[in-house]
Amino acid sequence: MSQPIIRIDNIVKRYGPLTVLDGLSMEVMPGEKLALIGPSGSGKTTILRILMTLETISDGFIQVDGEQLYHMKKAGSLVAADERHLHKMREKIGMVFQHFNLFPHKCVLDNVTLAPMLTKGMARAAAEKRAMELLDMVGLADKAKSMPAQLSGGQKQRVAIARALALSPKIMLFDEVTSALDPELVEEVLNVMRKLAAETDMTMLLVTHEMGFAHDFADRVLFFDRGKIVEEGKPEDIFRHPKQERTQTFLRKIIAAGHRV
Amino acid sequence: MEWDWEFVRQTMPTLIEGLKITILATALGSVVAAVIGLVFAILRMTAPPPIARVTSFAVEFIRGTPLLVQLYFIFYVLPDIGIRLPALVAGVIGLGIHYGTYAAEVYRAGIENVPRGQWEAAKATNLTVRQTWIHVILPQAIPPMIPALANYLIAMFKETPLLSAITVLELMNQAKSIANSNYRYIEPMTLVGVFFLIMSLISVFFLRWLEARYSRVEER
Repeated sequence: MSQPIIRIDNIVKRYGPLTVLDGLSMEVMPGEKLALIGPSGSGKTTILRILMTLETISDGFIQVDGEQLYHMKKAGSLVAADERHLHKMREKIGMVFQHFNLFPHKCVLDNVTLAPMLTKGMARAAAEKRAMELLDMVGLADKAKSMPAQLSGGQKQRVAIARALALSPKIMLFDEVTSALDPELVEEVLNVMRKLAAETDMTMLLVTHEMGFAHDFADRVLFFDRGKIVEEGKPEDIFRHPKQERTQTFLRKIIAAGHRV
Repeated sequence: MEWDWEFVRQTMPTLIEGLKITILATALGSVVAAVIGLVFAILRMTAPPPIARVTSFAVEFIRGTPLLVQLYFIFYVLPDIGIRLPALVAGVIGLGIHYGTYAAEVYRAGIENVPRGQWEAAKATNLTVRQTWIHVILPQAIPPMIPALANYLIAMFKETPLLSAITVLELMNQAKSIANSNYRYIEPMTLVGVFFLIMSLISVFFLRWLEARYSRVEER
């Protein structure tokens, strides 16, 4: 049995008087595909943002790929991580956002090559070759020279996936990546993610309201409510035979709202 | 009173000398304003709260008092505490500080208009703070600033006659001295107006071009 690639140990996240995560612990194995579901405000997106270091934690420890994320060893003792340590740790993690966040002043190709050239010192030719492979994988090689504003939402999100993959992270975080899309564009993004799951052994954490996709995609589903994991298990168990009442209520509401399970 | 072309011909070289000083003062003043504006903007956005508050107060103070008063202060009052500046230098500093407060506001708005998601995407792709500014934030923040900055440049240009109050021999001052020594105001003052009009028209034309060019970038 190998070591977990992510080990979250008793973390607390507060925004002023509001406690979003209250002593949360969880582990993710390498290559695992994890779906985080739950009502909005339950803290599932916050976990992704904390792993991407977009938020800090108020208390607790996080280990990523064998190293502390928010702490580092200095003269034998554990101290708060400095920017250099965070920079090194971010190499292991990539993220795709709900609202794409493409760089609007750069063409599709430059969106994908910017970070590898700046952070890994890749030569332009090598970065572009790799970018074209990735754009081909997401089905957008012909849009390499387009500007983001010329793309549909689904296309933008596929570019955003290619941009994150270009840095070859070990862990990919997907934060409600289809929530901002028109319904007819959802499938093209999900297809790319299915392909990614099938072809790579990347660890993937997915926050989603697409229960059908979570069911097919995930090895394990975590149901969150009020900053805690209420229930977790294999997709069949969570979706077909939820044990906790809160999980049942949530799934009933989701189905009533027209989501396929 | 009749228009005297001969008088126009005789005084033209002097007026052109004045125009050169006017343009020089505008050019130097805009450079000073651009730099001081940046300092104000950075202090207000990133300095610790007490310093940011002092900066905000200074900005409000400078904006809330007339440029003419500030020019008098720099040129006639500072010598009392031992700071003696040549008239043109005092004028450029006055213009620069005054318009720097407006430039600071343009910078701040431009930078804050870049969505938070851009900062987050830059972090998620592991860019350093410096790389984020250079490659992500500033290229998006600067184009929308340009028309507003150019507007202030034109406004500053039209306010340079105030420098005549502190003995700078710019266009207005030259015209006044010609008029005073010849007892003829119509030609010199008309020419001053015409010079400013021509320069302003050129600038406005240029501004329209800038607006068209940079609004197109945004649409892409």
